[in-house]
Amino acid sequence: MLFVAALVGAAVIFMLPFVWLISASLRPREYVFAPGFLPVPFAPENYAEAWRAVPLVTWLLNSLVVGVAAAAAVTLSSAWVAFGFAYFRFPGRNLLFGLVLATMMLPFAVTMIPTYLIWSELRLTDTQVPLWAGNLFGSAFYIFLLRQFLLSLPREYFEAARMDGASYPQLFWKLAFPLIRPALLVAFVFEFKASWTDLLKPLIYLRDEHLYTLPRGLKVVLDRFGYGGEQQWEVVLAGSVISTVPMIILFFLAQRHFIEGIATGGRKG
Amino acid sequence: MATTTVSPPAPGAAVPGRRRRTPLARREARWAWLFLAPWIVGFLAFQAGPMIASAWLSLTEYDVINPPEYTGLDNYRELMADPQVARSLGNTVYYTALHVPLVMLISLGLALLLKRVGRLQGFFRTVFYLPVMTPAVAVGILFLLLLNTQDGLINRGLALVGIDGPSWTTDPDWVMPGIVLMSLWSLGSTVIIYLAALQNVPRDLYEAASIDGAGAWARFRHVTLPMISGALFFTLVVNTIASLQMFTEVYTMYFGNRQTQTSFNSDAATFYVIHLFQEAFQFLHMGYASAMAWLLFLIIMGITLVQVKLSKRFVYYEGEDQ
Repeated sequence: MLFVAALVGAAVIFMLPFVWLISASLRPREYVFAPGFLPVPFAPENYAEAWRAVPLVTWLLNSLVVGVAAAAAVTLSSAWVAFGFAYFRFPGRNLLFGLVLATMMLPFAVTMIPTYLIWSELRLTDTQVPLWAGNLFGSAFYIFLLRQFLLSLPREYFEAARMDGASYPQLFWKLAFPLIRPALLVAFVFEFKASWTDLLKPLIYLRDEHLYTLPRGLKVVLDRFGYGGEQQWEVVLAGSVISTVPMIILFFLAQRHFIEGIATGGRKG
Repeated sequence: MATTTVSPPAPGAAVPGRRRRTPLARREARWAWLFLAPWIVGFLAFQAGPMIASAWLSLTEYDVINPPEYTGLDNYRELMADPQVARSLGNTVYYTALHVPLVMLISLGLALLLKRVGRLQGFFRTVFYLPVMTPAVAVGILFLLLLNTQDGLINRGLALVGIDGPSWTTDPDWVMPGIVLMSLWSLGSTVIIYLAALQNVPRDLYEAASIDGAGAWARFRHVTLPMISGALFFTLVVNTIASLQMFTEVYTMYFGNRQTQTSFNSDAATFYVIHLFQEAFQFLHMGYASAMAWLLFLIIMGITLVQVKLSKRFVYYEGEDQ
């Protein structure tokens, strides 16, 4: 039973930061660093204070809107493109698909500046558009994932529907789309999480505090209330909990899809 | 992958020997391009185009306000002599060299443990994955406090076993180990990849090895490791690429705030992409930052190529003939 002990020990170590975070966020300012893991004295008003100090609701809603837009855009467009690669046969298809996969190697830093200049030229900086609109063109990893799924469907399905006079968009929308729903959900939850946790793009594009997403807002909270600022750590911690909880809920709702997505990526090798 | 499709002739495929395509085939080709069009447009506008633009900008001096001024290879020359670039690159490589092997080793250990528990596997898997769900900014904030010298949880824990913990967030020698420690909290994805790989190892291989008299270590060394070498290689490449681009957690902890940045010597925490970001968006040295980006690209390509080359010797792919 040694391995059970080791596993439990590891699990405790991994959970302690969470326990401390939640507990400390519920203590009065002068007790934030107090020893122990219990929220005593109990100070739930920290959350109300954080709520008053910064526009948390606005940031939550912004994150939600941007996250849904980013995830929906990338899921739909990647599925559309994946269908193109899975169904049609044309010269150069494998070469082109290789190019899709190769783009995964491209570091964000290389395209970051020209992409900023594009959005700036379109007068869309300091709007939330650059945070999701790039997703309208599909993304390599999801195209790969969805294409794998589509290839596992029997081709006769599609041939039969073609015989019955279905158009290609109908094949995609009425036939393929419902059948690959699990994979679509994988793409959606992954991208939603990526968008929800992203700091870099909001840092580059957003100036107006009312447009901030949660991570960008949380960074401001840290800079204003943390070390350099007024040392109101209870506000910083409450903000951290508020930005984390939706992700934890999402995980429990879509656990299967997260695990599946990671395992698929890994098996690819 | 692509070979899994058994292809009956396409509807309206051209009759062999005739070069003119039927109207049906032409229509199918048109639709194929319509399906691929979003990706092609996005590739040209947001990947290929920016790559070319970035290569061009790296040969210029550009501050966004005035038009770019061609300066040849000046940026690259400056780059080679810039102590800040050398420092940030050194930090990044140091971090990668610590982070990647530790993540792989600990994840493998955890995955091996996880494989042996029965019904509770899902529960423990969740425990190790939840930190990955935590937004990176929140992770940075949390560890800034956990690593606090006097009152942080980590030094309190070390004190319990009689160790006087270091000044993780202020001592330049300890800043990077502190960041590595933080990064290990979020290794859940790697655990899940290894667990999936371990579960795919056919049982009869172990049985056969046991019959041949292989002990636990021999089975691990000669069955498990080769069978999961594909997953090990994948995580090696992916984690290396990701850690060379480390940004958010560290930026949250040590940058972007004038007061902390001046009161604390943030050199020890400067990662390459953080320095690049500052050059580009704080000092508006867009040309110089573009050159930095290309250097990073070359480094990543180089390291990945070396890893791929080495993998040929160590990675076993089942059914390589496929």
